[in-house]
Amino acid sequence: MKILVCISCVPDTTSKINFKNNDTEFDNSQIQYIINPNDEFGLTRAVWFKENDGAEIDVVSVGLDNNDQILRKALAIGADSAFRINQEALDSFQVAKLLSAHISNNNYDLVIAGRESIDYNGGMVPGIIAEILNFNYVTNCVGLEITDSSAEIKREIEGGVETLTCKLPLIIGAQKGLVEESDLKIPNMRGIMQARQKPFEIIQGKTEETKTKTFKFEKPESNKEIKLVSPDNLDELIQYLHNEAKVI
Amino acid sequence: MSILVYIESNQNQIKKSSFESLSYAKKLSKLISLDVIAVVINCSELAPLSDFGPDKIISINEKKLETFNAHNYADVISNVSKSVSAKNIIISDSINCKYLASLLSVKLDAAFVSNVVSLPNSTNPFVVKRSTFSNKAFCDIEINSEIRILSISKNSIGLNENKSEPIIINPDINFTESKLTSESIKVSEEKVSIEDADVVVSAGRGLKGPENWNIVEDLAKTLNAATACSKPVSDMGWRPHSEHVGQTGKPVSTNLYIAIGISGAIQHLAGVSSSKVKVVINNDPEAPFFKVADYGIVGDAFEVVPKLNEKLKAFQAENN
Ligand SMILES: Cc1cc2nc3c(=O)[nH]c(=O)nc-3n(C[C@H](O)[C@H](O)[C@H](O)COP(=O)(O)OP(=O)(O)OC[C@H]3O[C@@H](n4cnc5c(N)ncnc54)[C@H](O)[C@@H]3O)c2cc1C
Repeated sequence: MKILVCISCVPDTTSKINFKNNDTEFDNSQIQYIINPNDEFGLTRAVWFKENDGAEIDVVSVGLDNNDQILRKALAIGADSAFRINQEALDSFQVAKLLSAHISNNNYDLVIAGRESIDYNGGMVPGIIAEILNFNYVTNCVGLEITDSSAEIKREIEGGVETLTCKLPLIIGAQKGLVEESDLKIPNMRGIMQARQKPFEIIQGKTEETKTKTFKFEKPESNKEIKLVSPDNLDELIQYLHNEAKVI
Repeated sequence: MSILVYIESNQNQIKKSSFESLSYAKKLSKLISLDVIAVVINCSELAPLSDFGPDKIISINEKKLETFNAHNYADVISNVSKSVSAKNIIISDSINCKYLASLLSVKLDAAFVSNVVSLPNSTNPFVVKRSTFSNKAFCDIEINSEIRILSISKNSIGLNENKSEPIIINPDINFTESKLTSESIKVSEEKVSIEDADVVVSAGRGLKGPENWNIVEDLAKTLNAATACSKPVSDMGWRPHSEHVGQTGKPVSTNLYIAIGISGAIQHLAGVSSSKVKVVINNDPEAPFFKVADYGIVGDAFEVVPKLNEKLKAFQAENN
């Protein structure tokens, strides 16, 4: 089985988000980048397929050379080859198009992306790929088993879980639950050394059209002063919630 | 040309988020003078829709669509969109809507913009505001394709009643059946889901252990609320993953969010900060959650929560 894990490079979750140039651009100074957490669950699941069933894993990211460290980390975690599509990621549609071109050149049985990136939060890249390439698609994926060429997938739904089946090829949107947090693979010294020898290819992406353009950012207004209520006077809280906030 | 709204229902009950989508569409129709058409799949209780002003309802009844399948639903909605030349398709931000929307966007060669929190600032070019960076920021986004799909962030627009007398039509539909098969669906019946809830009661590591969750559940029951938790709580297996909220868990944008024994780490706040009213109960006055909440109680959860629950019950008894 040949697996592709699509990796988005996102600001570390502790990052303070700031903007520059009149709020038209994300200020990436002092930002540490990490593998998008949803993608990381997917990557660990892929490594299990490798360990148990001998699957072969490629990782791919669309972006400029600051994504390289993230892809090297993925290699250290257990991927076999990395590809970077050398083009600035502008919108989901463009990224999905670029990834689709790579996928159709490589005959993957399974493509794993994250449910959404924690920076753009679009949640649409895997779905667009699925539709372009006519793959079965399941997102909010919290379980995946594959026997021969049949997949059994668990998907989180509102208030529960749905189990689905299909034949490969399949693309999923991974999230926590696909593997447990405590199972996430962390690169060890040996992995890091091996990663240096693994194939790392830079592909020149051909410019794709975009459908949207993000041009201005703003931060939520900082909250008005909090109203503190004494634990001995909870009726006051109830009055606030009823009369002022009107939520009960 | 028209504005098409996809209406979600569950056992013949239309979801509140779909009324919000319809409210959005109606407001949008005032800006761009187009008819609002609602499309509903396998729901026979259509009357409540007319409170929110659609001009037309396309009601599809098809046995093969009994269980939600994103591929099939996207195909059906795509065919309906084409038949009414919809240029704007409005959906909610629910799990299923987002799931089908990315497929739909390719079928219609449309742009899909999720987490929309405002009506367009301008309609030519078409610019809307959406939340981004897991609610740590908003951005203005310009859509430069002829057809656009907008998913509306829960509680961002609100409900806007607007009576109408829609024409109802039941078209024949064609779609290509997906090869993805649903084998089983497990939902916990008695509990309110985080996605649907107007009130969410959430607790963190301050509760010390899973055996103490009864006070959280009791309060949630009184408020008809969903229960949620911080990440370490689900990581330690005190509560199921489905309750984990925050940047790497579920996003919450509810009317009232009550955080009990949750410190308010940046990743937690990222996912819950778009909730309208936030109440924090924490014994540490320095907890960061106090900086973002509307109301706060500095106190021991084990004393405050049961007491609050009793007071709320008394309040409800009085007010009903
Ligand atoms: C990559 C990454 C992603 C993450 N994503 C998320 C996410 O999506 N969601 C999330 O929640 N976290 C997330 N986190 C974790 C986050 O950083 C915090 O560790 C976590 O939110 C803390 O959970 P907590 O508030 O329950 O626990 P703590 O930080 O331990 O806080 C417990 C609080 O309870 C209070 N307390 C203790 N006893 C009592 C009492 N008797 N009565 C009242 N209050 C009491 C304490 O004062 C304290 O403020 C993420 C972290 C990382 C690194």
